[in-house]
Amino acid sequence: MTAPTEAPRQIVIVGASLAGLSAAHALRDVGYEGRIVLIGDENEPPYDRPPLSKQVLRGLYSAETSLPQRADLNATFRLGVGALGLDTLAHRIYLSDGTQIVYDRLLIATGTRARPWPNGAEAASSNVYTLRGHADAEHLARGLAGKPRRVLIIGGGFIGCEIASCCRDLGLDVTLAVRGALPLVHALGSVTAAFMRDVIRDRGVDLRLETEVARFQPDADSRVVAAILRNGQRIEADCVVAALGALRNTEWLAGAGLAVSPKGVRVDTHCRVLTATRAVVPDVFAAGDIAHWPSAIYGNRLLAVEHWGNAVAQAETAARNMVAGEAGLIPYDHLPDFWSQQFGLNIKLVGLPTGANQFAVVQGSLRDRRFIGVYGAQGRTVAAVSVDSARWLPAYRAAVAEATPFPPIVGALDQADIRPQPLARAVS
Amino acid sequence: MNGTLFQQILDPANRADPYPLYAEMRRTPVSRQDDGSYVVSTHAELYRLLHDPRISSEDLPDPPLFRWTGHPLSDLFVRPVRSRITARHRPFIFRDPPDHDLLRRQVMREFAPARVRAMHRKAEQLTHALLDGLRDRTDLDLVDDFSYPLPVTVICELLGVPREDEPRFQGWATQLATALEPDRRTDRENAGRTEEAFTAITDYLQGLIKEKRRAPQDDLLSGLAAEHDGERMNDHDLVATAVLLLVAGHETTVNLITNGVLTLLRFPEHLERLRREPEVAPRLIEELLRYEPPVHYRTRLARADIAIGGTTIPEGAPVVLLLASGSRDPLRFADPDRFVPDRANNQHFGFGGSLHYCVGAPLARIEAEVALVALAQRLQAPRLLADPPPYRPGASLRGPRHLLLAIDAVTPSASAELAA
Ligand SMILES: Cc1cc2nc3c(=O)[nH]c(=O)nc-3n(C[C@H](O)[C@H](O)[C@H](O)COP(=O)(O)OP(=O)(O)OC[C@H]3O[C@@H](n4cnc5c(N)ncnc54)[C@H](O)[C@@H]3O)c2cc1C
Ligand code: HEM
Repeated sequence: MTAPTEAPRQIVIVGASLAGLSAAHALRDVGYEGRIVLIGDENEPPYDRPPLSKQVLRGLYSAETSLPQRADLNATFRLGVGALGLDTLAHRIYLSDGTQIVYDRLLIATGTRARPWPNGAEAASSNVYTLRGHADAEHLARGLAGKPRRVLIIGGGFIGCEIASCCRDLGLDVTLAVRGALPLVHALGSVTAAFMRDVIRDRGVDLRLETEVARFQPDADSRVVAAILRNGQRIEADCVVAALGALRNTEWLAGAGLAVSPKGVRVDTHCRVLTATRAVVPDVFAAGDIAHWPSAIYGNRLLAVEHWGNAVAQAETAARNMVAGEAGLIPYDHLPDFWSQQFGLNIKLVGLPTGANQFAVVQGSLRDRRFIGVYGAQGRTVAAVSVDSARWLPAYRAAVAEATPFPPIVGALDQADIRPQPLARAVS
Repeated sequence: MNGTLFQQILDPANRADPYPLYAEMRRTPVSRQDDGSYVVSTHAELYRLLHDPRISSEDLPDPPLFRWTGHPLSDLFVRPVRSRITARHRPFIFRDPPDHDLLRRQVMREFAPARVRAMHRKAEQLTHALLDGLRDRTDLDLVDDFSYPLPVTVICELLGVPREDEPRFQGWATQLATALEPDRRTDRENAGRTEEAFTAITDYLQGLIKEKRRAPQDDLLSGLAAEHDGERMNDHDLVATAVLLLVAGHETTVNLITNGVLTLLRFPEHLERLRREPEVAPRLIEELLRYEPPVHYRTRLARADIAIGGTTIPEGAPVVLLLASGSRDPLRFADPDRFVPDRANNQHFGFGGSLHYCVGAPLARIEAEVALVALAQRLQAPRLLADPPPYRPGASLRGPRHLLLAIDAVTPSASAELAA
């Protein structure tokens, strides 16, 4: 299918958050002068999520989280309004306030939401929390300010670990229940995950591995007082955070005939959405956490990432392609990256350790809690992680992007003896 | 590929406009020169090498063999010992981790926001005092009359050098700055003068440090000399650090102010805008640091083979980071040869990058802002008397030697009016 020939005059962006706003900026950067309408079901103007599980929970209410907007953005925001349906033939979106809006180009940027605790009644208890948005963070921050005797966090991903870290900073007792053998293992691989396990325990978190929470025990006011594990054990806790990962906000696309799955909306290398039969929809694009995209760097493997950097970069590529003709389309060749701040450590990752079978510390050391580690698969470098050593990461990023032989970068000024070790992959 | 292109860049004849040569250089992002060095000229490759752990900043040659003075005590004992010490206690801009990080951290601690704010007020007073001094003039040399005296006085205040010693400091600063100029390191006569200046400033600073230890004051040198968490910088590193701050913070700022005025006079609409809307200054100064930066290149050593930009820099090769070229790379900046004061996402290399990123950047920004706004508002109808102006010889710390201006008058400052 070919790109629409008419230059767009009305571009609609659904999802007024990081990807949506980044796309709007990029449209102005490339000189688009038509209308931009951002539709967002949250009431606030776009804000940044990473601080929510870092500064905001630590009670730093002053932490500024709104995303900067350039003065000459000239976009129309329709906030507090959700998109309910999409008709790609009529170029029409149905909105929750009963109105409709038509577009020349559409960007789908509806991101994800927190996966709720599966038992709805339990999830509704006043001391059971999830964290995705600003309101969630303020709600949880108030809960933590009430000095619970023990916080139970369920889920050992980045957000669960960051919340645990904040709790320790606040001097709260905290139990972190992780289903797998190690926290963070999907993102970081076994060696770095084992390192993090030790850090987390050293910082006084009661870390329970291979632990599944079955249900909660309520008191008379149906506030949770304890959690019961699958093995029957009981953990007393008066504040529970379910950090179970994310669900993609695709419901409003049901019936639009698009290729939608739990991994998001399928797009091609130009960020254009595909139909259920894998045909390109030339005037509908997707970017950010919602997109399920082929990675040029990883041999067109389909990726669904929840990374800040991807939301920005993909939105920029989508924006450029929205206003480019068929000949001007640029491919999206972003190298995934991610950072986290927890337990006093700055952790950064470039590339995808998934599928790596080798790991080596190439600078610094685990013992000093300051190192760079690289991941290898089939003799090539596929990812690198830095712990409190981010300044060297750009060099490793280049090595990953170029799939340099593993291990890359030999001869660093502070190089450790490089001893590659096999990397165990956790069963998920 | 052109193995002598960098020689042309060094040639003073090309000082006024090196940018076309940079554009040519960028055709080969990492270019081997006939002398075996590698010049890096594109934004992506520069960014990457600034963050490469195989790149070393310890590229200073050993101190030159000195001439026999005929004083046995000095020749056989004092000078060899001194030169061994200085070789081991080089300023941290020429050192690698972990020593670099340790020293830099101690300096950063002394650049506390409160101290920078105090310097802001100082810079403002000094700026207006300098301009008040030019009240009756209708022509001036911006360099000698303004850009030069301001930063050195600010650094002296920052360090806590007594007023009466400032003139001596100014002389030393000028001479020592040539040591940061890689293309002048081979000039033996200049090296001799630098060594003399270094000896003199070392003796002076050692005395001053003793004084600061005895009676600490609220200045940077006192802070550095004091003990923090059981750590105390030793005297040799302290002297080296103080000299570094003086040198690195001086010539650079001179050039930023001078280049700023030169650029604004070439694009008078932006001068007018700055005069009317001083709040554009911060962004305008970032663009200045991209468009006419004071530091054009820095040198490094490859500590291992590095594959980059389609070539391999071999272990031991000198590397030239042509920062000013990266800041004009069309792959990174739209319309790179245009001066666009409100350019968005302006990730220039004016202050370098990564672990050696300029320590004095906050101070430099403040000085430039205070100076350029005051000049824009108080110089009436400034005109360039020579364009291009004469340049200093250096290709790395590049800037005009003089900037001759004709003006109608200097507007009295608000405070001067009050006093009158
Ligand atoms: C607590 C937390 C911490 C994080 N920390 C990090 C970190 O340290 N590093 C990192 O790289 N990443 C981090 N992330 C991930 C990062 O924030 C996301 O990748 C990023 O927000 C994705 O942006 P997005 O615009 O694609 O989606 P979102 O930010 O999820 O935005 C989607 C928007 O669309 C709205 N929306 C959904 N459905 C509809 C509809 N039908 N109609 C209208 N509007 C709709 C949503 O309400 C939301 O406002 C963190 C995320 C969270 C939640
Ligand atoms: C406009 C003014 C200035 C410019 C353009 C400038 C530029 C630079 C650049 C490019 C570097 C990096 C050097 C390298 O990577 O090898 C640097 C480092 C440095 N600058 Fe500046 N500088 C300025 C002002 C100052 C001031 C005012 C001070 C101090 C008061 C200062 C102190 C330093 C120091 C100490 C370093 C070394 C940092 C390190 O090695 O970790 N600079 N500067």
